Amino acid sequence: MEAFTKHTGRAVPLRRSNVDTDQIIPAHWLKKVTRDGFEDGLFEAWRKDESFVLNRPEREGATVLVAGPDFGTGSSREHAVWALQNYGFKAVISSRFADIFRGNSLKNGLLTVVLEQKVVDVLWELVERDPQAEITVDLENREVRAEGISAPFELDENSRWRLLNGLDDISITLRSEDDIAAYEAKRPSYKPRTLQA
Amino acid sequence: MGRTLAEKVWDDHVVRRAEGEPDLLFIDLHLLHEVTSPQAFDGLRQNGRRVRRLDLTIATEDHNTPTLDIDKPIADPVSRAQLETLRKNCAEFGVRLHPLGDVEQGVVHVVGPQLGLTQPGMTVVCGDSHTSTHGAFGGLAFGIGTSQVEHVLATQTLPLVRPKTMAITVNGELPDGVTAKDLILAIIAKIGTGGGQGYVLEYRGEAIEKLSMEARMTICNMSIEAGARAGMIAPDETTFAYLEGRPHAPKGEDWDAAVAYWKTLKTDEDAEFDAEVVIEAAELSPFVTWGTNPGQGAPLSASVPDPASYEDASERLAAEKALEYMGLEAGQSLRSINVDTVFVGSCTNGRIEDLRAAAEIVKGRKVADGVRMLVVPGSARVGLQAVSEGLDVVFKEAGAEWRHAGCSMCLGMNPDQLAPGERSASTSNRNFEGRQGKGGRTHLVSPQVAAATAVLGHLASPADLSDAATRTPAGV
Repeated sequence: MEAFTKHTGRAVPLRRSNVDTDQIIPAHWLKKVTRDGFEDGLFEAWRKDESFVLNRPEREGATVLVAGPDFGTGSSREHAVWALQNYGFKAVISSRFADIFRGNSLKNGLLTVVLEQKVVDVLWELVERDPQAEITVDLENREVRAEGISAPFELDENSRWRLLNGLDDISITLRSEDDIAAYEAKRPSYKPRTLQA
Repeated sequence: MGRTLAEKVWDDHVVRRAEGEPDLLFIDLHLLHEVTSPQAFDGLRQNGRRVRRLDLTIATEDHNTPTLDIDKPIADPVSRAQLETLRKNCAEFGVRLHPLGDVEQGVVHVVGPQLGLTQPGMTVVCGDSHTSTHGAFGGLAFGIGTSQVEHVLATQTLPLVRPKTMAITVNGELPDGVTAKDLILAIIAKIGTGGGQGYVLEYRGEAIEKLSMEARMTICNMSIEAGARAGMIAPDETTFAYLEGRPHAPKGEDWDAAVAYWKTLKTDEDAEFDAEVVIEAAELSPFVTWGTNPGQGAPLSASVPDPASYEDASERLAAEKALEYMGLEAGQSLRSINVDTVFVGSCTNGRIEDLRAAAEIVKGRKVADGVRMLVVPGSARVGLQAVSEGLDVVFKEAGAEWRHAGCSMCLGMNPDQLAPGERSASTSNRNFEGRQGKGGRTHLVSPQVAAATAVLGHLASPADLSDAATRTPAGV
């Protein structure tokens, strides 16, 4: 996983709540067997509308998505995270994220930042007024900064450490091999197996 | 202090616990399908890793498969390539696979329980958010992303932060004609699509205890639509009776030992939940969605709400956008909504009991002119069972299409899709924009409402069907 320490970039205000992962990347894109090439599928249906915020020329090259509450609901498809990253987003800000999407994002180095809705409102107003306004997402100091705004955010220390160092979860878990083997040794015999012994 | 069911199952699976770290949980069963696994197998290959526990892993094909002409090559080359990738991966790593055409193939969440692989007290994961279905047996079951699929393949564990617990207590008895689907849609409308975020839901109370396993699976299946990764129901005699004799259920002494353990899997009387929601079953009636998320629902007897009636600005905006997308007017009665397509199937309502319920209603009746009704069993076995009961004939005689098992029209990924602007009554789980096909409009309903809607051509419940007008006498 790519490490995340601090990122500064222009933003896209997405004034919608309950943006589900079917909107982020429609199912027909999920036939691909790679982790890349999803950028054209990002918000595919909405992008057909020229006035959709992502299509505005002033949003080109923006890297921070500022979204409404309950972002990433629905399907567990990690392709939603890949699509956002393939398109160029480094961070997503919302007042609430769906659990599975949040977990997927942090495993891929896409920083999802939870801020109160009133702070999201201020960020929306700022970047709508001034499309060139930059937002800094600082993981080291757990803080979001923009013109006139300095908002702390929470992220558990373990997730933060993994992100700052770009650590691979599987390698970390494999250090607990002895614990896993010990657990396996005491599993009851009535637990089902998919293959006959 | 006592513990909740979720806490008991969690504690029984902790491999490693350390201050300031997520718990490392052991996973008892890992279900795979073609869509969310290819990148995970690639990751294993790149790192020279193997599948740690092939005996706790099983794969099937469901999302991407056609439900017609399954004996012919799959027409779409991209879909075909994805299915072939799963077959190659399973062969290379040694994973048990039930491919299209196999008698055990089907929607992954129908296959696990029917094989008896899903049992009380287990941790079950799958790269699919409707894995919550398996919680109906009193286990902890939740959807994961592809990175976690790779993690489970490699380690049979997952590092996880312990969720909070929420009790959903349903008092009393469901009135006649009110189903598990109506109940869960009403629960989601009440707590909202984000209401369960961070929680494991435990459904309990008299109404839940009286439900069959199929109905319990319908309830737990849609936990994710309320934002909860997992939902569960304490195992009881209904659970044990469902499991006994299934291919992977324990036998002999193992069965006795398992049941003794399963009987301990209930929330202690002095346990405390972090939150509780109480529902009175007697107040419920058939429930349908009118909007573009599963929380935007109302009793069938109600009208499309006026967005202006919402106090919360983001809910108001969401309702406005939903009505625009759905092509509905505020104040319009829900029963006045005409549909083009009716879909009976999916991991929510594609089990034998669901098909029986729909068949009972369409029997001797005809699907309305201009309406297409698709009936898709949740698994090949469910399909065979339905055929042995003559349900396929009932559906076909009514003018419905009887298909082969798969996810079908639940998601716009295989050939079964809505055309732009088409409207469906669907027994599936998501009414998101474009979920059933680009521009398609979805109303989530129970199998009973789906069947009545197919006959009348507009959203309706079985109570709306007058026999004289709609049912042809037997033998005619």
